[in-house]
Amino acid sequence: MKNKMTYLSTLAGAALLATSMGVSSQTIDPAVMAVMESSFRTQGIADKDRIYPDEVQALCSDRAFFNSPEGQKKAIALQTAALEAIEPPSDGVYMGDWKAGDKLAQSGRGLTWRDNVGSANGGSCYNCHQVTEAEISHGTIGPSLLGYGKLRGNSKEIIEYTWNRINNSKAYNICSNMPRMAHFDILTEQQMKDVMALLLDPASPVNQ
Amino acid sequence: MKSHLIAAAVALTVSASVPMYAVAQSAAEQLQEYRDMLADGNPAELYEMEGEELWVKPMGPKSASLEQCDLGLGAGVVQGAAAQLPRYFADTDKVQDLESRLMTCMENIQGIAQADVVKASFGKGLRQPMEAIVAYVVGQSKGMPIQVPATHPKEKEMVAIGEKIFFLQGGPMDFSCASCHAVDGQRIRMQDLPNLTEHEGAAAGWGNWPAYRVSNGTFWTMQRRLNDCYRQQRMPFPVFGSDVTVALSMYMANKANGGEMNTPGLKR
Amino acid sequence: MASPMRIRATEKDGEVDVKVLMRHIMETGQRKGGDGKPIPAWYIETVDAQVGGITVFLAQLGPAVSKDPFLHFKLNKGVNKGDELTITWKDNKGESRTDTTEIK
Repeated sequence: MKNKMTYLSTLAGAALLATSMGVSSQTIDPAVMAVMESSFRTQGIADKDRIYPDEVQALCSDRAFFNSPEGQKKAIALQTAALEAIEPPSDGVYMGDWKAGDKLAQSGRGLTWRDNVGSANGGSCYNCHQVTEAEISHGTIGPSLLGYGKLRGNSKEIIEYTWNRINNSKAYNICSNMPRMAHFDILTEQQMKDVMALLLDPASPVNQ
Repeated sequence: MKSHLIAAAVALTVSASVPMYAVAQSAAEQLQEYRDMLADGNPAELYEMEGEELWVKPMGPKSASLEQCDLGLGAGVVQGAAAQLPRYFADTDKVQDLESRLMTCMENIQGIAQADVVKASFGKGLRQPMEAIVAYVVGQSKGMPIQVPATHPKEKEMVAIGEKIFFLQGGPMDFSCASCHAVDGQRIRMQDLPNLTEHEGAAAGWGNWPAYRVSNGTFWTMQRRLNDCYRQQRMPFPVFGSDVTVALSMYMANKANGGEMNTPGLKR
Repeated sequence: MASPMRIRATEKDGEVDVKVLMRHIMETGQRKGGDGKPIPAWYIETVDAQVGGITVFLAQLGPAVSKDPFLHFKLNKGVNKGDELTITWKDNKGESRTDTTEIK
């Protein structure tokens, strides 16, 4: 059962984020949330609800709190929970089609207020990562993925780690910049398998 | 045709002339060459010309010009005004950026309802003349130092809120402004990202917008730039001139304080 | 009633640098409106720049050029400071706009 994001709407300005982990809750500055609430509106599929951070977002929005002993305890708790929530592929098959994977790595579509419900989202991988050698239009926000499979091999551990990382990068680094592909239904299971193949299939251009 | 014909509205694909095995370095050089070619004549100048005429033109239900509009340096003073925005205004008792302040003037002097301007779309209707006026006004601060010291308590408050919002994550991709703009030397695809949390990066950002954006063939104001950032962050729609836009502007401008206004700028 | 073009033409070292911003919707005819029907094509077809009644620059635009076209071109022979530069655009609906500026 995938985690669904639980937002708590603000009541009289204070945003309290409940947690079941036994770590005390974090408060977002009420003055900040008041500005957010008065400034945004729903547009297309981008619902106004998106302004409310979930626990992970709240933690990573506040460097001072993150660096505190309490923040660090919370980081570990959320990271552990994230890892536990990841599901393996429903049919046990991890690898899809690398050609489809490269197409969706190129695509930055989906989830903006100009996108439609039901249209396929992209992975936006090239926005942040180098992936294949041929594609020079790539970002540098994330590490290069060139030779990903060639360098690491295809062991069970690598396959599972890669799968997990695509599903929810924050399971390994709670404030990772990488979006949580499965957690927010950015990519479907099949799409994630295609990205797996892009990274790990020996025939993929990533590994030439 | 022997002369250089650059139709900025027609996309020039650099990749068509660069072999696929070329390294990113050479592509970056080619892009820079292309940008230099464009810098030879900023289309924004023509928006400035239009804005200069509109500033003195009687418009709106009251058929009045904006010549009495106070942008912070006194009624009708345009030169240097943009360099000290956003700032606190006593008559509205709030911190305002250029576009929200123009809305105040358009309403009070010309009788154009702020709500109607807010409802309009970028580049169309009521916003179109306003955007040309923005180009004119910022052009009258070109080369001047950015002066946003945030001395008034409400200005200080906006800087602090702006900074928190800058780091506030949200939406299905967990993005905040900081996701892209809080580290030196990064780029998204081939677009370099200024570090807006440091003076140099903030000055590069704040000092070069509003700008003519070649990829869109249009002049983009700062409100439009912020709006599109939030769209790409998968966030909901920031209302035109709303406090979130002013707070972020205040944070960036204050961080950029002392830097140079290069507006209107020219962007990819 | 078409909006005025903004033209800037300056002479330097025997070369005249011309920049012109045209205000035009440049609708391709491919886009569909909210009702699902295509929005009719409406775009500038030709841009003609003249000095002393003689065409010195002629461009064919068309639906590939996007909204509010900006053109930047240079002229050298026979065109000088003080001359009047007249630019005319014509669109596919038969509308046109002419504006004149002095070369500075």
